[in-house]
Amino acid sequence: MGEEVKEYWRWPEYRHTMPDMDWHDVKIISAGVDIGSVGSKAAIMLDGKLYAYAVMRTGGVSEETALRVTTWALEGTGLKLEDLHYVVGTGYGRVNVPFANRTITEIACHARGAHYIYGPTVRTVLDIGGQDCKAIRCDERGKVVSFLMNDKCAAGTGRGLEVFADLVGVPVEGLGKVSLSIEEEPPPVSNTCVVFAKAEALRLLRQGWPKEKVAAAYHLAMVDRIVDLLNRVGIEKDFVITGGVAKNVGIASRLEKALNIKPLDPKFDPILAGSVGAALFAKVLREKELGLR
Amino acid sequence: MLVHYGYKDGSGDYFIIIDTDKCDGCGKCVEACPVGVLELVPNDYDIEGGIMAAVTEEHRKKIKYSCAPCKPVSGEVKLPCVLACETNAITHSW
Repeated sequence: MGEEVKEYWRWPEYRHTMPDMDWHDVKIISAGVDIGSVGSKAAIMLDGKLYAYAVMRTGGVSEETALRVTTWALEGTGLKLEDLHYVVGTGYGRVNVPFANRTITEIACHARGAHYIYGPTVRTVLDIGGQDCKAIRCDERGKVVSFLMNDKCAAGTGRGLEVFADLVGVPVEGLGKVSLSIEEEPPPVSNTCVVFAKAEALRLLRQGWPKEKVAAAYHLAMVDRIVDLLNRVGIEKDFVITGGVAKNVGIASRLEKALNIKPLDPKFDPILAGSVGAALFAKVLREKELGLR
Repeated sequence: MLVHYGYKDGSGDYFIIIDTDKCDGCGKCVEACPVGVLELVPNDYDIEGGIMAAVTEEHRKKIKYSCAPCKPVSGEVKLPCVLACETNAITHSW
């Protein structure tokens, strides 16, 4: 038929440089590279202020992605890889950042990054990544107090949403909005496994449910699962969501309803939390190197 | 810091919780565990470092089964890892 193949899971990659910032007379140029299971993020910071960033899909070779995402973040800034004073790698693929001076676990980076992106009142961070879900409690300095990571299965994660987007034929960026365009919330689908949830969603579609309603059922299942995880570490205000799924209004608004807490609005793109946290650690480590701390 | 190792699945919550502020890295729990669920690792969560007990990568996603021999269905449950820990840094969620 010669039909164009549509890949609804393929979210767009992007980069950005902050206007009105100049790197020529800053003391420390630090970078954080967060190689996630699905997306890779690089953040460049000037004396602890976010200057440039890039977000792209993690390819088959993590080392290559790490280099590509960092070079892309630097594109147009006039900076080169060698100009970076300190680079910290984080995320699932953190061992695969060949130019990193050090690696730090993503838990610590997310808490620190959330503090930068949402402000120091943050106490509970929910990170919904591509393949896992982390609930983190932290103190006023952005230090982790308690955390839980669920990476046993991809149910209730970004990858689950990608699979679902492909199933119903809605671009993954718009899925949350679609799931909200219903009059009444349906019962949630099974929440224990992406494969089961997909099979169940498929059955509902074949029974004649509109895709909006099935999407709502899928989102509700994700929220149920996330709420269980959050309850284990306990939720304290202020509550924030980081990671790619933070941008899904279907999840965010339902979480708000289920928890009765409104998540804070981010000052920057919440997908960057891990990389921003890593870049902030990189600044501290560089300061130690220089004997400033 | 409380580190939750484990998972939640359709049958319940299975977490071993280690309090890194209490854990002094003595390693007695590691010796006490009959199936090798625990190990000592560098504290990667704190920029200051240190050594802490952790659930091994191998057992992290199956602790419901790994820990089952120490959890009889009836009678008093005496967990060797919890009893061995002098600082009370280990708790089980189930």
